[in-house]
Amino acid sequence: MTWRDDWRRVRAIARKDVTTELRAKAGFNSVASLGVTILILLGLALGPDAEALRNASVGAVWLATLFSGVLAFNRSFQVELESGALEPLLLYPGPRWTIFAGKLLGNLIFLTLMVAIVVAAGIVLFGVQIPADWPSLIGVLALGVVGLVVLGTFYASMASRSRAREVLLPLLLFPMLVPVLLAATTASKALLGADVMHEAGAWIRLLVAYDLVFLIATFIAFEHVIEA
Amino acid sequence: MVNGQPDRAINVIGLGKRFGARWVLRGVSLEVRRGEAVALLGPNGSGKSTVLRILGTLLNPNSGSASVNGLDVVRDASGVRGQVGYLAHTPGLYDDLTARENLRFAADMLGLPYAAVESSLERVGLAHVAGDRVRGFSAGMQRRLALARLVLQDPRVLLLDEPYSNLDADGVELMNSVIAGIVRSGGALLVALHELAPAKAMLDRTLTLVEGRIEGAH
Repeated sequence: MTWRDDWRRVRAIARKDVTTELRAKAGFNSVASLGVTILILLGLALGPDAEALRNASVGAVWLATLFSGVLAFNRSFQVELESGALEPLLLYPGPRWTIFAGKLLGNLIFLTLMVAIVVAAGIVLFGVQIPADWPSLIGVLALGVVGLVVLGTFYASMASRSRAREVLLPLLLFPMLVPVLLAATTASKALLGADVMHEAGAWIRLLVAYDLVFLIATFIAFEHVIEA
Repeated sequence: MVNGQPDRAINVIGLGKRFGARWVLRGVSLEVRRGEAVALLGPNGSGKSTVLRILGTLLNPNSGSASVNGLDVVRDASGVRGQVGYLAHTPGLYDDLTARENLRFAADMLGLPYAAVESSLERVGLAHVAGDRVRGFSAGMQRRLALARLVLQDPRVLLLDEPYSNLDADGVELMNSVIAGIVRSGGALLVALHELAPAKAMLDRTLTLVEGRIEGAH
């Protein structure tokens, strides 16, 4: 097996996951709708104060992403379990890390599409002004999404064979995502406020380190988790 | 050795497997030679599927050893996966993909060209519904599509778990013809069955598994 074969496998799994999710009735539309609904509910709970809404916008967007992301991660392995497709998937020759990489890439594409919708909805619903340094804000979003997807995909694979996977996944995932949530919201808030205190850089470095550490760790651990 | 390959396609020695405190396999030993078709018979819960799942590298044994074409199922699991074609109770297909997309996915995973997909669909008589989603297929059609995946893979060792379920008479004949083709070309078959009848004509031997032990051989 060459790296070309490995990449072909990764691409095939990602393409298959994105295609099935976009076609499934319980797929993309439901997850994206949940994200927007959470934003609306948080907006209603915060009341009509425009300043309070703007201040809460970053946290609201990240929470909506987190909660709807959990649904997406659960779905990515549920599709394999529904018709017993996990076993054939595990039986294809080649390294197991390619399965994780394919799932990761599929979830990354799926969640990026969903985040684009949630952020757009957040800008409209919470009256957020787009900052001059918007590319940095997109960078923070991307780093946060990578952290979320890496751990979400890994823990979804771990929880996939448990009957209580819908409950188990958030219980395992949420505590581990506290650093991502903290770093992503603080850096985003700083960038939305023109980063006068120059604090965004430190949080972005933390996000980069977190993503790298867990990307490596999950790739190493996946084979043991999926075979357990 | 035949053509550089070990004569024994499947070699199982003293295999033991337990789930929790319950031993499902208690020292199973068997062998299947190249060009041989062997059935594992036995009642529900006798351990037939567990033997196949261990040989397919889906489970690790608690004791004993098993090898496929000389490759140990634990130490060289990746090599074993390149040799075996496994058909489980469930077809293991993606409902929201079409028949063609399901096989193209398998071709990508196996490193095979897409041209082989069309001939596999022809072989199992599903070419006319290649563009339809699997969700609308009957159980028998899904079984045929799972068989097309085996045709595509053309494995050296077949591990089949109740392969005839949901198949009509034509489907049974098709399944037997695919199996016979692989076995005749130097492959091997180990098949778990409740009923011997559909496979009887092409089997060389039968082994009966009772409560995790081989109790009879014919």
